Amino acid sequence: MKLHVDMSICLLHGQCVIAAPQVFSFNADGGLVWLADCDESLRADVEAAADACPEQAIVIDG
Amino acid sequence: MPPRVLIIGASLAGLRSAEAVLAALPDAQVTLVGDEVHLPYNRPPLSKEALVGLVSGKPELDKIALRHRLADGAVTWRLGCRAVSIDAGQRVVQLNDGTALPYDWLIAATGLRPRRLAQPGAEARHVLRSLDDARRLAAAMRPGARMLVVGAGFIGCELAATAVKLGLSVTVIEPQAQPMLAALGPRVAEAMSGFHRAQGVDLRCGLSVTGFADGALLLSDGSRIGAEVIVEATGSLPNVDWLQGSGLDLSNGVLCDAGLTAQGSDRILAVGDVARFPNALFDAVPRRVEHWSIPGLTARRAAETIAARVAGAEPPARFAPLPSFWSDQHGLRLQSFGAPGLGDDIRVLEGDLATLGQTPCLIEYRRAGRPVGILGLGAAPAALAQQRARLEQTLNETVAA
Repeated sequence: MKLHVDMSICLLHGQCVIAAPQVFSFNADGGLVWLADCDESLRADVEAAADACPEQAIVIDG
Repeated sequence: MPPRVLIIGASLAGLRSAEAVLAALPDAQVTLVGDEVHLPYNRPPLSKEALVGLVSGKPELDKIALRHRLADGAVTWRLGCRAVSIDAGQRVVQLNDGTALPYDWLIAATGLRPRRLAQPGAEARHVLRSLDDARRLAAAMRPGARMLVVGAGFIGCELAATAVKLGLSVTVIEPQAQPMLAALGPRVAEAMSGFHRAQGVDLRCGLSVTGFADGALLLSDGSRIGAEVIVEATGSLPNVDWLQGSGLDLSNGVLCDAGLTAQGSDRILAVGDVARFPNALFDAVPRRVEHWSIPGLTARRAAETIAARVAGAEPPARFAPLPSFWSDQHGLRLQSFGAPGLGDDIRVLEGDLATLGQTPCLIEYRRAGRPVGILGLGAAPAALAQQRARLEQTLNETVAA
């Protein structure tokens, strides 16, 4: 499963880090990092993260 | 026969309910009824960046459309329609266009409407809840115009901040002693007062509106204030009129159990802003929670309940979602986890409320000595995520104890 975050609208609410900690995290500088390609078994978490994003910045490509 | 699931309300809570029901029961026949003509959209930007876009002639409304996972034809959309009544015995909902929709399971997701001031007055008075409200308001918000916001809750405060940014002259009237008092508590609310004033908002607390006359507001201290734009931001009321006579407890939204089943009918559930439910993280008191995160969380829970019942099983008894909210005011991000509004005391974990807006501030809210919420004001997201994890663990330990 491929995903990306539209960093032009992400405002670092951090809801994705809570919903899918295996996929999204903050790096040492406080920036958001994520797995652009992750295992299908994490789909439910990633969908929950996309739903939880107040800016709707997470896009799941198939 | 596949279950017929009727969802009244097609905003965030209704949309997420439709998705969750179809994920749990792929053969369900789902109908979504919404009184607005628009497809579901995100409301928080309407007091912030979307309003800036509308005022400056660059609306970019595609940015507020809610992303969803409903395939074409997966649900029946009835937009521009409103539920007017229900026959819970026959399991039928009547719409304002004369249609009668039967259901096996009904999800009430009708949300809130703005509370209006009772005083009469012919002047145009705005509210801000829907996209159409925002369009009307934006058309009146010209730089240099004098704007009066009645109510210093989150919407009033966000709107005031946005209007100042757009070059309007803004006065906010609040009956309570501080803005956002119930949500933030007196010390943080007082610091937010100072912050708004430093940013150029004429904030006047402890005053209420007694009437309107000739384009002016009459206030409880005998003064009057003229304004070209008047906005009422005095809170919200749950949209439950259509459920009258159904035997449900509608005293403040729809009273539900922890599975979001309405008390009085095991075929009716409520989600989002209208649902009044107990949260095991805090106590047994059912509450409505007007936070953006709640529609998604209650939608999933409601779908689990329906799926369990369809399968002849009992739904899980415990529901313990960690509430969260955020707000943006004059470039300052407020972000909260838990229930600060339940706190009776605070501890400043980081920063200083006296210099709010200049340095990150992290506040812990306590009730009877136990943490119930945290609030970051300009705090780093990573630091907040850590605090959130700690809070959730503490709350769960409290429950277990």
